[in-house]
Amino acid sequence: MERAARLGRQIRWYVSSLMGDNHYQRYLAHHRRTHPDQPVLTEAEYWRNRHLRAEADPGARCC
Amino acid sequence: MGSPPAAPPDFIEETRGDVTFVRTDRNLPPVAIIDRSPITTRHKLVFGAVAVLGALAWAVIAFLRGETVNAVWFVVAAICTYVIGFRFYARLIEMKIVRPRDDHATPAEIYENATDYMPTDRRVLFGHHFAAIAGAGPLVGPVLATQMGYLPGTIWIILGAVLAGCVQDYLVLAISTRRRGRSLGQMARDELGTVGGTAAIVGVLVIMVILLAVLGLVVVNALAESPWGVFSIAMTIPIALFMGVYLRYLRPGRVSEVSLIGVVLLLLAVVAGGWIAQTDWGTEWFTLSKVTLSWCLIIYGLAASVLPVWLLLAPRDYLSTFMKVGTIALLAVGILLARPVMDAPAISQFAKSGAGPVFAGSLFPFLFITIACGALSGFHSLIASGTTPKLLEKESQMRLIGYGGMMTESFVAIMALITASILNQHLYFVMNAPAAATGGTAETAAAYVNKLGLSGPPITPAEITDAAASVGEQSIVSRTGGAPTLAFGMAQVLSVFGGSGLKAFWYHFAIMFEALFILTTIDAGTRVARFMLSDGLSNLGGPLRRLHDPSWKVGAWVCSIIVVAAWGSILLMGVTDPLGGINTLFPLFGIANQLLAAIALTVVTVVVIKMGLLKWAWIPGIPLLWDLTVTLTASWQKIFSGNPKLGYWTQHLQYRDARDAGKTSLGAAKNPDQLNDVIRNTFIQGTLSILFATVVLIVVASAIVMTIRSMQGRGRPLAVEPPVPSRIFGPSQLIATPVEKEVQRQWSALPDSAVRSVGTSAH
Repeated sequence: MERAARLGRQIRWYVSSLMGDNHYQRYLAHHRRTHPDQPVLTEAEYWRNRHLRAEADPGARCC
Repeated sequence: MGSPPAAPPDFIEETRGDVTFVRTDRNLPPVAIIDRSPITTRHKLVFGAVAVLGALAWAVIAFLRGETVNAVWFVVAAICTYVIGFRFYARLIEMKIVRPRDDHATPAEIYENATDYMPTDRRVLFGHHFAAIAGAGPLVGPVLATQMGYLPGTIWIILGAVLAGCVQDYLVLAISTRRRGRSLGQMARDELGTVGGTAAIVGVLVIMVILLAVLGLVVVNALAESPWGVFSIAMTIPIALFMGVYLRYLRPGRVSEVSLIGVVLLLLAVVAGGWIAQTDWGTEWFTLSKVTLSWCLIIYGLAASVLPVWLLLAPRDYLSTFMKVGTIALLAVGILLARPVMDAPAISQFAKSGAGPVFAGSLFPFLFITIACGALSGFHSLIASGTTPKLLEKESQMRLIGYGGMMTESFVAIMALITASILNQHLYFVMNAPAAATGGTAETAAAYVNKLGLSGPPITPAEITDAAASVGEQSIVSRTGGAPTLAFGMAQVLSVFGGSGLKAFWYHFAIMFEALFILTTIDAGTRVARFMLSDGLSNLGGPLRRLHDPSWKVGAWVCSIIVVAAWGSILLMGVTDPLGGINTLFPLFGIANQLLAAIALTVVTVVVIKMGLLKWAWIPGIPLLWDLTVTLTASWQKIFSGNPKLGYWTQHLQYRDARDAGKTSLGAAKNPDQLNDVIRNTFIQGTLSILFATVVLIVVASAIVMTIRSMQGRGRPLAVEPPVPSRIFGPSQLIATPVEKEVQRQWSALPDSAVRSVGTSAH
């Protein structure tokens, strides 16, 4: 049972890392480490900023 | 970008038995592990067993004749070969050329900003990299190549990947990572000089245009005259828009949640397409001709490339990633459960005669051109440079990501080959021969394929009509492009889930999933090509310099229109081609993709020689020579062949002479307009062939000049960046070793603030 729960957690972690659900948490951690004195973006702002960057560098997709 | 801090001198090494631990900071756990443990007996036994099993599977595939071969043998041969290739050949490349240094920071670590540069867990990055490299290409090429039988395609897909494709991806990733994630074009300019670099950049741009056009052609051929398909693909646009709005305004950051909603809506759209296609108004609205569909695609491509990323591109990408991983896993399970047998011959008559209806030309070189993605795909070098290094955690993980990622794509190609080979061969040619040959109706198509001399009982027109009805289509005659054939085969395989009643659903599900990938590639590809174009033009100077500013809307629009017009016109040319667009354009697509691989492998080989590793230059050198031989032979035949079915110019002159002689029809061209179409198309195709080959010859020539200079000791220096000490840790293989786990525990025990305080970030 506990192993099943752990497997479930791992799958959840994998999917959210792959798709991007936990990327804002990563940003927060990174922000705390590097410049905790500066104002932090909200989740909506973080994604806006990220899409704005993708606008300039969309990244190729292969055939 | 901020400049990285200077390297502090202290690398602290500590050796325990066969393992050396490297620290870059006295107060932090090790950042690198160098494991010199000898191979254990158990290890030897396991790999010995894998090798024997693989050899057995290969023997069954290659030598069993007169009996049916089960598809499972292909899966076994592929996986065993990959395991051996990854463990031994990739390891050799790692030890002799790449020499990863885990004590050096990757671009992702140096510029970490938690936005586009972020060190990502290797397993997650593997998923990202795979989703970026694998699209419709490995699904389409092998289907077309089945014309020559299953054996040549299988050998090329598996061995080509292990010896060429994976090597290219791995080495491009390695050299880009050591250059702060620079793109292939920039690296070509740094290493080959201005002429070679410019030729490479022009080559990449032109190749991209032909690629987008042919992918568009595949979608158009799959959707034409199919109201069900058109409806479900059209629905992906509102679904993506809804997801975009949801993520921006309703629940930012809930990507998996919205993707799951999107997938459910998508499945609903596929089901609803079946209902719509049965109504009169649905048939009337959604039955579109190839030309109309092409215009829809062109307008869509233009809109998608100027609309904000969050609205269409990003959500479509999420959907595509979800579907890609899910469906490919589903297909693998389906093949293992259904265990179908091959209907195609091992080597068909067309391999030798070169007169196959799907694509012209003999086995060498055209099989190796038709299967590009899945064996050796130059396009991957654009992702392995630039995109993936920004997410790479450790240099030693490059083998898993670069080499391993390509192996996975190769496996997808093998599954596509299996799916096409299990189909009734008469049906295969009914679907894949151009309309000029089949005549377009079930009766004429049956008469045509029964004359081809295929094995097995002849097919009746009723069987063709029934096959179309079983997947909810009006007709399956001359549905060229590979996608419908793959969908038909997938429907047959996936019928193990839910019986034959669901066959029509699975067929349209497969069509939808292929079209989804292709539309994602068209979105992103148009945008990337637009940036390349404006970048290139802005370098010309003068008033064009303003193009350098990506926020200049007029410039963005104009460049987008140029790119879309370029691929759009080739697409329109393909759909109206009396000779059958796929038949004439697919070789050009393959040549383009493989020539891009030649450019990438040239850059890699020059770097390896400049590194002083002449002894190991054969590792990228052999695939480069092979690739050049194949592509230049193919280009030569396409340009100079006297056989009008093969040579663009011979065909061009033949039709032009016919027109000048006052004829109104010739071969597939039934009226003066079609005659003119053929004359124009063959001219454009012939010109493109010459352009591609010239660009590559310039790149290769400048590489030879550079190599000679470098050997004389007066070449450009290697453009590697000075290393920065790493301050993070990550295991190198898919499964962490006990030693790696121990070091990971030491890192997790640290307080959060101490970890990963890496160099300056980009913002």
